[in-house]
Amino acid sequence: MSVVIIDYGSGNLHSAAKAFERAAREAELDLSIAVSSDPDLVAKADRIVLPGVGAFADCRRGLDAVPGMVEVLQRRVHEDKRPFLGICVGMQLMATRGLEHTVSYGLDWIHGDVKAITPSDPGLKIPHMGWNTLTLAKPHPLLDGIPTGPDGLHAYFVHSYALTPAHPDDVVATADYGSPVTAIVGRDNLVGTQFHPEKSQALGLKLIANFLRWRP
Amino acid sequence: MLKVRLIPCLDVKDGRVVKGVQFVDLVDAGDPVEAAKAYDAAGADELCFLDITASHEARGILFDVVQRTAEACFMPLTVGGGVRSVDDIRKLLLAGADKVSINTAAVKNPDFVREAAEKFGNQCIVVAIDAKKVSGESEPSRWEIFTHGGRNATGIDAIAFARQVAELGAGELLVTSMDRDGTKGGYDLALVRAIADAVSVPVIASGGVGNLDHLVDGVEKGHASAVLAASIFHFGTHTIAEAKGYMADKGLKMRLDKTA
Repeated sequence: MSVVIIDYGSGNLHSAAKAFERAAREAELDLSIAVSSDPDLVAKADRIVLPGVGAFADCRRGLDAVPGMVEVLQRRVHEDKRPFLGICVGMQLMATRGLEHTVSYGLDWIHGDVKAITPSDPGLKIPHMGWNTLTLAKPHPLLDGIPTGPDGLHAYFVHSYALTPAHPDDVVATADYGSPVTAIVGRDNLVGTQFHPEKSQALGLKLIANFLRWRP
Repeated sequence: MLKVRLIPCLDVKDGRVVKGVQFVDLVDAGDPVEAAKAYDAAGADELCFLDITASHEARGILFDVVQRTAEACFMPLTVGGGVRSVDDIRKLLLAGADKVSINTAAVKNPDFVREAAEKFGNQCIVVAIDAKKVSGESEPSRWEIFTHGGRNATGIDAIAFARQVAELGAGELLVTSMDRDGTKGGYDLALVRAIADAVSVPVIASGGVGNLDHLVDGVEKGHASAVLAASIFHFGTHTIAEAKGYMADKGLKMRLDKTA
């Protein structure tokens, strides 16, 4: 089995790759993990991971700057239904539109917009930065064996914008930051985490292992 | 609910851990990667490396330290010290840092903060504010920005500077009292609170922790989102677990996950 973490110039993917390698090793999964900007490799991959840090529009531009990448993603993920994991801005890119600084378009796999977090409590800082627990909206194989709720494990968030899916059914989990903030979206073969599993210690490694085993 | 972050900081010089008392008298105390792994296993919420390597030639060692740490620790890592250019930031992020802290370069040219935030995103730009109290006993409190380990006064008001860099795109501020650093007398709570209340971004309190109550005070009285300490952990006075347990007992919301 092959996993490709898409490199499109958005941040360092070395530590993400190491987290996937460790999760695979601990779960005793035999697979190859590649960090690549080659659409041909993505076209052959069994599982696809789209990371992303920074601004939505920059990430979209970065993705568009790799010839053929968006087309391959649409084909491989949307049509061939390969398991797909978006992380942070990679998750936000699954949305219809991003409204950070300017309006730019996402992949439109999860209908909805990515908008600024506006906590009702002015004492809450932006970015939403640090460790938060998850509130489960619907069961999902990626959360198998991961305790959620107020006494559950924590995930590491750092973001000022959040995806609000148009269909509430696309929300898998939220985090409480004054009001619920979308933490995980999912539908069919698609899943995305607003938090960083590769920085989320025990929860992160478990979630990555679950993704590597996932048969949607 | 979002938890208070406890951040151990490692001062790194020529690839080795040191901890300065008031940024002088350095004591060598170990390999940063080993220390990072120990803190990771102990449940630290983030790690901070402050590089105090003087010579430019020795800077390469830091990238190796950062890379080896990022490969072994699946938690956020902030690296600061000597960051002067967009290229310095890029190299640290590529080595595996999640956030880069800017100090003197932001003081010299606040627009560098904007440039860095636009290039890499607010979330990875931390501005380190080193301040000293300059007002007298009977005057209203006033703090000034100091650079070069507290030796150089700049005349810049710390609160105004904090507001300015937050607006320019800093995603977080690391506020160190140069009066308190290394004293074990506790944070300058008035300074931390004045800045935390003035900006909308998270503030990390730093400088002066000598006991666990100081950590609690940083959040409760200083209004900090995160608290940083070095020597109380590094010399084994307290463990991360003790500190987090103590803070939770005092009513702070802490992450007490069992670590793998």
